[in-house]
Amino acid sequence: MMSNENELSHHFEIKGGDFSNAGRASTSIKEILREIGIDSSIIVRAAIASYEAEMNVVMYAQRAVLTLNITPEKLHLKLEDEGPGIENIDLAMKEGFSTATDEMREMGFGAGMGLPNIKKNADKFEISSIPGKGTSIDITICLDKTEEK
Amino acid sequence: MTLKEIKELLQAEVICGDDCLDLEITFAGGSDLMSDVLAFGKPGILLLTGLSNAQSVRTANIIDAKAIVYVRGKKPDKMGIKEAKEKGMPLLSTKFMMYTACGLLFSHGLPGVSGLSLKKR
Repeated sequence: MMSNENELSHHFEIKGGDFSNAGRASTSIKEILREIGIDSSIIVRAAIASYEAEMNVVMYAQRAVLTLNITPEKLHLKLEDEGPGIENIDLAMKEGFSTATDEMREMGFGAGMGLPNIKKNADKFEISSIPGKGTSIDITICLDKTEEK
Repeated sequence: MTLKEIKELLQAEVICGDDCLDLEITFAGGSDLMSDVLAFGKPGILLLTGLSNAQSVRTANIIDAKAIVYVRGKKPDKMGIKEAKEKGMPLLSTKFMMYTACGLLFSHGLPGVSGLSLKKR
């Protein structure tokens, strides 16, 4: 954890295939946001976006680092994974598109709602991917209400 | 409707959260698919699900659900129960199947996420 007067930063490592711990990083993020007094509606949006992103790593990638950065104006989540990447991002962003396995579906996931739901909960959402290397996701949620989308 | 009334309506067993039965529940939603719960659930929801792994508890916690009712007599695994206790999330289990459990609650005035209820129709 790093922090100064105006900025707070946390890093979480997520392991691909680790279903028994899937969601723990996002649960921790939710607790951190609650402890520092972030508005509850923003906490839920950040937690959902983070959880969907975390589940994607557990389901599809080998590993990832999820970084939470908070300033007085913005909450930023950056996820960088090492994994198969996404061949067609436009297709992956479509609700219902999924390449999930039976194991993923047994966990209650893999309905093809993850990426669209991350975007829905973010004020700003960016995704880039290199097939065969990995995917990077940037999620920004404004804390200053005048900057909301 | 309180969680205690829900427990009685669904003839449910309390897995944990005995001390939370006075909680007021104002709406509910049922799904086995956590992707849907994350997409359509709202804070304060009573979640009915047949998914009994720890992911159900984690998902409910992420969206600030008030409690979980497991249908078809299911119960979460040990990890799920442990995490629910840590988070103060009451867990109930009913023998009714999803359709019947949801129907019982809806017909007794507990609306869904959309707010539609028998009384308002």
